Amino acid sequence: MYENTLLGKAYFTRVIVDMAAMAERERDYLAQLDSPIGDGDHGINLSIGFREVTKKLPEWENENLTSLFKKVGMTLLGKVGGAAGPLYGGFFMKFGEAANNKDEVTFEELALMFKSGVELVESRGKAVIADKTMVDTLRPALDTLLAAVEAKTEPLTAFEQCLKAAEKGRDSTIPLIAKKGRAVRLGERAIGHLDPGSASSYMILNIFFDNLKKELA
Amino acid sequence: MRRLINDPYEIVEEMLQGYVKAFGKQVKLLEHDGRVVVSKNAPKKDKVGVIVGGGSGHEPLFLGYVGDGFADAAVIGNINTSPSPEPCYNSVKAVDAGKGCIYLYGNYAGDVMNFDIGAEMAAEDGIRVETVLVTDDVISSTDVEGRRGIAGDFFVFKVAAAAAEERLDLDGVVAAAKKANANCATMGVALGAAEHPTTGKEMFEMESGDMEIGMGIHGEPGVRRGKTEPADAVVKEIMDVLVPELKLAKGDEVCVLVNSLGATPLMDLFVAYRKVAEILEELGVGVHKTFIGSYASTMNMPGSSVTLLKVDEELKRFIDYPTNAPYFVQI
Repeated sequence: MYENTLLGKAYFTRVIVDMAAMAERERDYLAQLDSPIGDGDHGINLSIGFREVTKKLPEWENENLTSLFKKVGMTLLGKVGGAAGPLYGGFFMKFGEAANNKDEVTFEELALMFKSGVELVESRGKAVIADKTMVDTLRPALDTLLAAVEAKTEPLTAFEQCLKAAEKGRDSTIPLIAKKGRAVRLGERAIGHLDPGSASSYMILNIFFDNLKKELA
Repeated sequence: MRRLINDPYEIVEEMLQGYVKAFGKQVKLLEHDGRVVVSKNAPKKDKVGVIVGGGSGHEPLFLGYVGDGFADAAVIGNINTSPSPEPCYNSVKAVDAGKGCIYLYGNYAGDVMNFDIGAEMAAEDGIRVETVLVTDDVISSTDVEGRRGIAGDFFVFKVAAAAAEERLDLDGVVAAAKKANANCATMGVALGAAEHPTTGKEMFEMESGDMEIGMGIHGEPGVRRGKTEPADAVVKEIMDVLVPELKLAKGDEVCVLVNSLGATPLMDLFVAYRKVAEILEELGVGVHKTFIGSYASTMNMPGSSVTLLKVDEELKRFIDYPTNAPYFVQI
């Protein structure tokens, strides 16, 4: 059934454009989430990175999905800095790599691209669930997505389930004590705060879903 | 916002351009990477390359300590944000003299990730890069390895740089840096927040008249918040932590750094030092050298910290080693 849902450059380009818009729109919100438990820079650095992506995007018109996301990832890695640079930069590089230089992928292949990206975040960040990081959003989202694909669930339903798991994972960070990042030094004082990385990664997943809805409408 | 700036998205680049114009005799920006400040004399023959770095907003930290006798390069990130891997790698290529390089920076997850990738890239070119993380902020974690690096960066960088100048090999420079770090402890107090130039807002909320003991230089919350107390009481609370941390006893010697986080006047630092000196005198601990001023800031944050470095003859020699770094000239 997934053979009929091909996602091409147009879809992924819209996703990139929307992520850049999100980084601008949510900049102060993410910075504010970061303030009580990190250093208040998460939203600002993402906006710095995506401004550069936006500037270069027109030059990448002829790239395939692998080289396109490699460039997105390299740009974020080079411009964002902090932990978010290597994590999001690495995520998109691995995400693209799993597209095997194609110009379009099936929904199943998209799920495998996410798998590749999330695994990079886990290994580079050395984080697992309940460390109060973006892994709390990404890992349950991925597991749900892969299970749905395995069950041949229709794409929009599959992604909706994925997003629900992501949302639950994101909100699960609120009562947690941080085990990674700057918030780790706070001990119990991090309790009660939403982790900004888990929030931004939920927003990014949501953008993939929103555009999938438009694509399949 | 009480900051005099242009486009906040250009603030780091504009700062760096101004800095190298101001101190062009000692430093320059790398031609192909505007986020790497290098000493005019780097690379120096047969010397281990000493590379420091971290986020912007802590000036003179990092860039101010590049120069002959101090760091060979500083890698500069966005505000409060580690630099990305490429400038970390480019700094190695710029200052390596065939003896390898050492990365020195405060212990933060983002810095570790980016500098580690830089070191991996250098390893692919056959250049050995070792890392020593500064962990002087005593109250930031109960286990030493989890502690962050703050004003103690200055002492650890200075010692490692002098060891490299004396032509110790990379293992020797690493050992000197670790020795300095193990003998260095800092504790600070925040009296308010810095203003982030991009959001135009204070980085965290703090009521006027409050103080927070142990707050980090990025505004990471500390151990205790309350009404601001007299300087002597605050300094005593800080020294009550630092002295046992370094197991200071009669006959020991220390270097003392009383640091302003940016908005605390020199006047207050001397008031604080007066109490530090009194406590050390009572303990019979000697003072080898004092450093009073803004050595590691958080832009315009009001607050200060006390750093003690317990020194022996070797560490004293490294601290006293001459340098022409713009923010720490010593003959």
